[in-house]
Amino acid sequence: MATTMITTLDRSSRAVARGLSDISIRNLFIIPTVLFLIVFNIFPLIYSLGYSFTDFRASTNAPANFVGLQNYRDLLNDPYVWSNFAITAKYVIISVAGQLLVGFGVAMLLNRDIPLKGLITTLLLLPMMLSMAVVGLFWKLLYDPSWGVINYALGLGNFEWLADPKMALYAVALTDIWMWSPFVMLLSLAGLSAVPKHLYEAAAIDRAGPFYTFFRITLPLVAPILMIAVIFRTMEAFKTFDLAYILTSQPTAELISIRLYKMAFQEWQTGRSCALAYIVLIMVLAITNIYVKYLNKVKER
Amino acid sequence: MRKLVTSVLAGIGLTLACGTSVYAQEKSLTIFWAEWDPANYLQELGNEYEKETGVKITVETTPWSDFQTKAFTEFNAHGDAYDLVVGDSQWLGAGSTGGHYVDLTDFFKKHDLGNVMAPATVKYYSEYPGNSGKYWAIPLEGDAVGWSYRKDWFEDPKEKEAFKAKYGYDLDVPKDFKALRDIAEFFYRPDQKKYGIAIYTDNSYDAMAMGFENALFSYGGDLGDYATYKVDGHINSEKAVAALDAYKELYKFTPPGWAKSFFVEDNQAITENLAAMSMNFFAFFPSLINPASNPNAKNTGFFANPPGPNGDQFAALGGQGISIISYSKKQEEATKFLEWFIKDETQKKWAALGGYTCSAAVLKSPEFQSATPYNKAFYETMFKVKDFWAVPEYAELLQQLNQRVYPYMIGGEGTAKETLDALATDWNATFKKYGRVQ
Repeated sequence: MATTMITTLDRSSRAVARGLSDISIRNLFIIPTVLFLIVFNIFPLIYSLGYSFTDFRASTNAPANFVGLQNYRDLLNDPYVWSNFAITAKYVIISVAGQLLVGFGVAMLLNRDIPLKGLITTLLLLPMMLSMAVVGLFWKLLYDPSWGVINYALGLGNFEWLADPKMALYAVALTDIWMWSPFVMLLSLAGLSAVPKHLYEAAAIDRAGPFYTFFRITLPLVAPILMIAVIFRTMEAFKTFDLAYILTSQPTAELISIRLYKMAFQEWQTGRSCALAYIVLIMVLAITNIYVKYLNKVKER
Repeated sequence: MRKLVTSVLAGIGLTLACGTSVYAQEKSLTIFWAEWDPANYLQELGNEYEKETGVKITVETTPWSDFQTKAFTEFNAHGDAYDLVVGDSQWLGAGSTGGHYVDLTDFFKKHDLGNVMAPATVKYYSEYPGNSGKYWAIPLEGDAVGWSYRKDWFEDPKEKEAFKAKYGYDLDVPKDFKALRDIAEFFYRPDQKKYGIAIYTDNSYDAMAMGFENALFSYGGDLGDYATYKVDGHINSEKAVAALDAYKELYKFTPPGWAKSFFVEDNQAITENLAAMSMNFFAFFPSLINPASNPNAKNTGFFANPPGPNGDQFAALGGQGISIISYSKKQEEATKFLEWFIKDETQKKWAALGGYTCSAAVLKSPEFQSATPYNKAFYETMFKVKDFWAVPEYAELLQQLNQRVYPYMIGGEGTAKETLDALATDWNATFKKYGRVQ
């Protein structure tokens, strides 16, 4: 008994002496985290995969019947779902391209010695600090044809941004660009400040023009960090829900995430919506993989 | 010894706490409903019940946009957070076949509610399947779509004169859908920021269906055959096509940006001087006669949904029945509350508070009909109502209607005939999927 006590004390005192032991770190941090991930991420993921092969409807007490790949087949043959994917792709392209142009452009402007640079940068970051719901409601008012300030400022009269089926998606994308360009700007600024000054000095000695300097020095060196911004923003844009849901109900702006929500929680087609969620997941993974491969190539250059 | 005393005291405390908790549970009921004025009236009525019986009634609410999702999430989890729910009429199929609602057939028969309540409310808020004699809810809040209008605009002598000169008949409360359209066109003056009419256009949940149904039913059209689930030849009949065209025509005279409008916006059309006439459920009219919420309260009039070209006159049904949730542990207590709720005197109190009673006797009484400027129109409407499909797959049918009708209404895609043919195909496929038709 006494021996055991001494051994235990020795172990504890040794662990205390060198900080937390590996075993303590595992028990305190890693095991709870892994358990948390399994319970809240992995288990629902696998469970929903199972449901995607059934005709389960959560609104009824009926048991789930195995239907094989029928949900996947139906979804891939559903023109509405394809239309939702096409709308989402269009939205992602417009939104991410817009953020890249605006964010990088503003970063270029800020990447020089200007007065109050810090304050201006901080103010420009404000949109991305707001919640999506607040931004959605705020822009809904701005776009209003009767009392919205946008039409008033641009002299557009009763131009309908959100009520016009042809305009609604662009209006949502514009709001997203406003909100998330600062994120691209921030990353770009970090990239730009890391470009060695001596390269520009050497280019100046060689009398290289601004066009040449930008495409041969600035852009190649900032490209990897811009690619990271593109990856993040593409994934985010692909799963956009709240902004589009709050701003407009136009079918022309019904992103795949909105269709998924309606299928799961308004129509209660649980099995089918699980299958759609997996299709979306596979697509996002595929797109991200392509980007990551391209990012690695850019880094190798 | 000290430990022993502490343990004994803790045990006694725990026992008392559990006892109190059980007692408190037995003496309280939670009713789930959407967030709107009638839910506040029900809470006031519940307070009366608490005074009489000691049973605390809590009316828990959630915004309309979350109502269905939150209720069914709780049902699916077999949760007992709520004892009763004031569910939408179209939930009857899902609520009953899903096992979420308690069968109230015996209760209904015992209290002869088929005769006590107005026939339409029994048919649409309580019975499923139709004509089965099985009841799942007690009619609680009667409601239907009606219209409010700007009396001052209508009664202006200059406007009357100009209207007569243009249309050849007197400007007055519309006698039919043609007059409704003419008046909407007459008051449509974008340069003055005045518009003709406010209608439901939102394509989430049931707004579009509730709006279009007013034209559809009054034009003599129908959603389908409720007994056989045959939709082809009904929802795409000539009358239905004419109704959709008429409803789309009205959209031309709405205020700008009116592509996602439901009850909130339609009341705003009157309070903010936007439109001459506005469609809305009667349950939203109390705020229009309140000068605090409507600066035009004194100049706001009301009328029932007008007849169509052949004289048919119907309106879309709103409102809800109250059901006992099968997962509630207090079903007996909930039944006692319902017994109290259906009493004549309670129904009178319910009407006096502002709730729309479904009691036929109270509805017919002169006191009720003269209590507000719109109660008479409400009374007339409640005998001319029709409802959307109440089958368990109603949400899919609603979604299909939204996907077909909205692009035509708002985006001008295709024709009314093409839209409704496509809708008939969608609905037929859905009914086939659920084995209702071959």
